[in-house]
Amino acid sequence: MQDVVEVRREPRNVEEIRRDFPILTRQVHGKPLVYLDSAASSQKPLAVIEAMNAYYRSTHANVHRGVYEISEEATAALERARTKVARFINARQSKQIIFTRNTTESINLVAYSWGWANIRAGDLIVLTAMEHHSNLVPWQLLAQRTGARLEFVPLTPEGLLQLDVYAQLLEQGPKLVAFTHMSNVLGTINPVKEMVAQAHAAGAVVLVDAAQSAPHLPLDVQELDADFVCFSGHKMLGPTGIGVLYGRRELLEAMPPFLGGGDMIRSVSLRSSTWNDLPWKFEAGTPAIAEAVGLGAAVDYLNALGMEWVREHERAITAYALERLRTVPQLQIYGPTSEEQRGGVISFTLADIHPHDLASILDQEFGVAIRAGHHCAQPLMEQLGLVATARASFYVYTLPEEIDVLVQGLRRALEIFQL
Amino acid sequence: MSMDYREYILDHYRDPRNYGRLENPTVHAEDSNPLCGDQVSMDLLVEGDRVTAVRFQGRGCAISQAATSMLTEMVQGKSVREVVRLGKDDILEALGIPISPARMKCAFLGLRVLHKSLVLAGLERPETSGEQDDES
Repeated sequence: MQDVVEVRREPRNVEEIRRDFPILTRQVHGKPLVYLDSAASSQKPLAVIEAMNAYYRSTHANVHRGVYEISEEATAALERARTKVARFINARQSKQIIFTRNTTESINLVAYSWGWANIRAGDLIVLTAMEHHSNLVPWQLLAQRTGARLEFVPLTPEGLLQLDVYAQLLEQGPKLVAFTHMSNVLGTINPVKEMVAQAHAAGAVVLVDAAQSAPHLPLDVQELDADFVCFSGHKMLGPTGIGVLYGRRELLEAMPPFLGGGDMIRSVSLRSSTWNDLPWKFEAGTPAIAEAVGLGAAVDYLNALGMEWVREHERAITAYALERLRTVPQLQIYGPTSEEQRGGVISFTLADIHPHDLASILDQEFGVAIRAGHHCAQPLMEQLGLVATARASFYVYTLPEEIDVLVQGLRRALEIFQL
Repeated sequence: MSMDYREYILDHYRDPRNYGRLENPTVHAEDSNPLCGDQVSMDLLVEGDRVTAVRFQGRGCAISQAATSMLTEMVQGKSVREVVRLGKDDILEALGIPISPARMKCAFLGLRVLHKSLVLAGLERPETSGEQDDES
């Protein structure tokens, strides 16, 4: 099977990139779509859509089973995707890449498998107050079942982690530390490398939620030195239904399986079984093969752009958005004030207009898609003293002109609400 | 489909009718919309077969709060029989604008609280309160 790889040459031009994304040509409510919700899910380039199509048209069969040609090709396609992902995050070995459904499942896999085997009553798990529900609820469940303790690193008013409190919590000798690389609400980029080193010095295992960082920043798991790193395909130009768990090999090998079934076993008798090698030990059942192929194509696409370029483009568009949003009266921006400390995510409120009303007006009158609500981070919203915020988020295809439409829409909302 | 914010909706939002609490309500109920945090609580005073007074408090988007305000106007002074029959169509008609599927929950939050209070007061059977989820 041929992989669809598009190699882009410099200079990278956002207008040109946009032509790779079919959905960006559509209209909503008679207006060109302005898609500012990539932190929730990114759009897909043709290369990804066609890679999955091509796989189904020419190659599909079940993997790791058939001794016939197309099954071997499908298996090779799946494993090639795994290798691409491994290289993308600079994992030492492909077997450290476990395919899951999404970040949530990756974190749950660790919470159930590693957590059950290693966490006992009274053990401490350190999280932060800016976690997405997916990096909070699995640990709550684990703590409820084991009697472990949860502690949280609080935030500064600007939305940075209080690292002095983090250091104090580490002194209590936590078994596990889990935190996000980049906040999906505030955009805050946490100093992961330093935090991992500190946690390791304290003897803790570290899980990094990279759902918001893997798509947007150069990510080097060896440099970060985290034990587990989790992210989703659909936020990084890939399809839904495929996610990644990267793990340190010794840990993965020592962990019991998560789900039982086909593909994850070496041998099965009626009363017991033995487990397959990594990574298949954790991939019970027929995997999302086409989705893996799509993710591989997304990785190719991002590599062709260059993750340094992606970060730089988003830094620039975020700086522009911060500047433009600050011109809107009665608009409050949450999170770090400098674009250096944040990714392409901006949460805000406008006067006392409820974010849902704001999102409706932007959608109906301007074709602008933003997120409104608690962004699956209710504890964080509570700390901000808010029920909901509006959130605009950016990606490789975001244009400054789209920020202008957003700003125009916000001014219109002020007019409608007579503010 | 355009969901424009008509002036009367904003008027109900900015200046809600029947806002506040009753001193001795027959029944009090409240609910929230977990998706967006909209909240509504409602007090009803039922005397004989009539809802003689109604008050609500809440916070949330213009749609949820205006719809609840309009609903209280439909409830005030009406017979229990009429109030029990109030449904989604009445809300949509009062709002008078197309409500997008994602905002239906906002529009019907007050209605849900009304029927909850009627059930609590024993004036309506739970199965007839007609609150299917509009998951969208």
